[in-house]
Amino acid sequence: MTTQEHDASVYEQMQESSEFQELKRRFRRWTFPMTVAFLVWYLLYVVLSGWARGFMAIELFGEINVGLIFGLLQFVSTFLIAWAYARHAEKVLDPIADKLRHEVEEKTQ
Amino acid sequence: MTSTTLGMILFLTFVAATLAITFWASRQTKTAADYYAGGRSFSGVQNGLAIGGDYMSAASFLGIAGIIALSGYDGFLYSIGFLVAWLVALLLVAELMRNSGKFTMADVLAFRMSPRPVRTAAGVSTIVVSIFYLLAQMVGAGALVGLLLGIHSPAGKAWTIVGVGALMIVYVVFGGMKGTTWVQIVKAVLLMSGAALVTLLVLGKFGFNLSALLGQAATVSGPKANPDAFLSPGLKYGTEAQGLAGKIDLISLGLALVLGTAGLPHILIRFYTVPTAKDARKSVLWGIGIIGVFYLLTLVLGFGAAALVGKTAIAEGDAAGNTAAPMLAQRIGEEIFGSFGGTILLALIGAVAFATILAVVAGLTLASSSSFSHDLYAHVFKRGQATERQEVVVARISAFVIGAAAIGLGILAQGQNVAFLVALAFAVAASGNLPAILYSLFWKRFNTVGAVSAIYGGLVSALLLVIFSPVVSGGPTALFKTADFVIFPLSNPGIVSIPLGFLCGWIGTVLSKEYNAAKYAEIEVRSLTGVGAEKATKH
Repeated sequence: MTTQEHDASVYEQMQESSEFQELKRRFRRWTFPMTVAFLVWYLLYVVLSGWARGFMAIELFGEINVGLIFGLLQFVSTFLIAWAYARHAEKVLDPIADKLRHEVEEKTQ
Repeated sequence: MTSTTLGMILFLTFVAATLAITFWASRQTKTAADYYAGGRSFSGVQNGLAIGGDYMSAASFLGIAGIIALSGYDGFLYSIGFLVAWLVALLLVAELMRNSGKFTMADVLAFRMSPRPVRTAAGVSTIVVSIFYLLAQMVGAGALVGLLLGIHSPAGKAWTIVGVGALMIVYVVFGGMKGTTWVQIVKAVLLMSGAALVTLLVLGKFGFNLSALLGQAATVSGPKANPDAFLSPGLKYGTEAQGLAGKIDLISLGLALVLGTAGLPHILIRFYTVPTAKDARKSVLWGIGIIGVFYLLTLVLGFGAAALVGKTAIAEGDAAGNTAAPMLAQRIGEEIFGSFGGTILLALIGAVAFATILAVVAGLTLASSSSFSHDLYAHVFKRGQATERQEVVVARISAFVIGAAAIGLGILAQGQNVAFLVALAFAVAASGNLPAILYSLFWKRFNTVGAVSAIYGGLVSALLLVIFSPVVSGGPTALFKTADFVIFPLSNPGIVSIPLGFLCGWIGTVLSKEYNAAKYAEIEVRSLTGVGAEKATKH
């Protein structure tokens, strides 16, 4: 058996393990819906900028209108999602990923 | 002392410092990993700054401030798309790519596919996207020198392009990724400081009352009949006069901006410069912070220029508004510190603008020459038999050739309206590269035919749609003013070409029987756990 085939079988075993499946599930269950959510939220903003200009022009405080607040909220949501992802990755994903990496590295060496 | 002289002194100081860095970096660059990826030894914070330096182009600094100064709110739409796009890179691409790739975007795509067709497609797409973006920056440099240094002759502008191109070639050929990264870090710090200084002075003038600033901007630069229209969407993109097509065009632009970033080769290779996927994550977080704050600053700069300099004076300086930020710097300096203050601030912002262009064009030249050498030369022509030394030599030669080509094309395109090339680069990246990357990382069934179909399908459809769009022919603002071969009504192809790229990738995949379960297991395990990821080099 060549090294490469040996490696491949180690990877396939790992891929099938319940722990790896759990890591994959936790990664995808967080990132996929969140990606859909921020894209929809962003497209809502773009669509409103095209078709709801009266709404975007409503003044809230002085000259500050809905459009400006909506745009600034896109900044806020981007910062918050980035921060939340970092937290999720550190607390939930990294511990499993680190453990599995050590396991595979021991088997392949 | 005039601001031109002072600006030249500041700019030459930047050039001297960056050349010293390049010389230092060239002595540190020994292996292919040093040349392509800076030895993967940058920290997350350093790479975060470099991401900012690579991404915040003159188009986003001068361009967005200019759009806001002339058309108000609509410039903000651009910056929001540019920022939100980083979430795609953070959540889906950066870490997985760092774990499974080596030097180029194609490394990830070719992982479980037949390498030669996939690397050819990815190499072609990388070079096309980078050259478009590069050309827009080079022409911008020629226009900028006219405005800042008062050089308006075609020969003077051509020499500026030669100078910018020569510096860029030196940074990349000698400094490789290490030199380029440090140039981008220095530039990011200078740009953020310069923009923050002018923003603070402008806000201070209005007693830190944003509403007062916006009110004056609308009164001075808004439409006379309805000044408040300046503060809401609709003066530039998808105006009521353009009707439905204009509004769909706005969505099309928005899609390309938000999905393009995670497919831009010069951005993707930044993830390889750090030791681990965790550092890649950290660098994107820093990048998002820096870029986000920067776009908030440009909002104040744009409205500040509209309020203090005024639309009429800005449009006289440059029809696209690119001089709004430097003109604002001069005006606010004069108002607060007298005429010498204006001179200093104008010189400062002018020098920062040039530093900005240099750092971005260096990143683009590096990305395209790396892909030429690593993908096309080493893996397609030499079938993976090239030595590291040969690869680096070819990378340096191709950086020189691509740089020279960019200089030549930049001179030829002088005075042409090439601003659409930036949006086109984002559209091609979103239509061809992004589907291939996402399918590679997440779709088990994806294969060689699928990858090649996605890349060529997205690339060719985006290009064809732009060729037959109003930006190339059929109007006073088009590239060819006298000809008219418009078939596609939108200026931005994204709304058609992005779904088409994903569709081509899907159809190509299901038409081919190829499927390698072992390789998919390997990329999935490697990308999520970091097993076997390329290590940082030690010196």
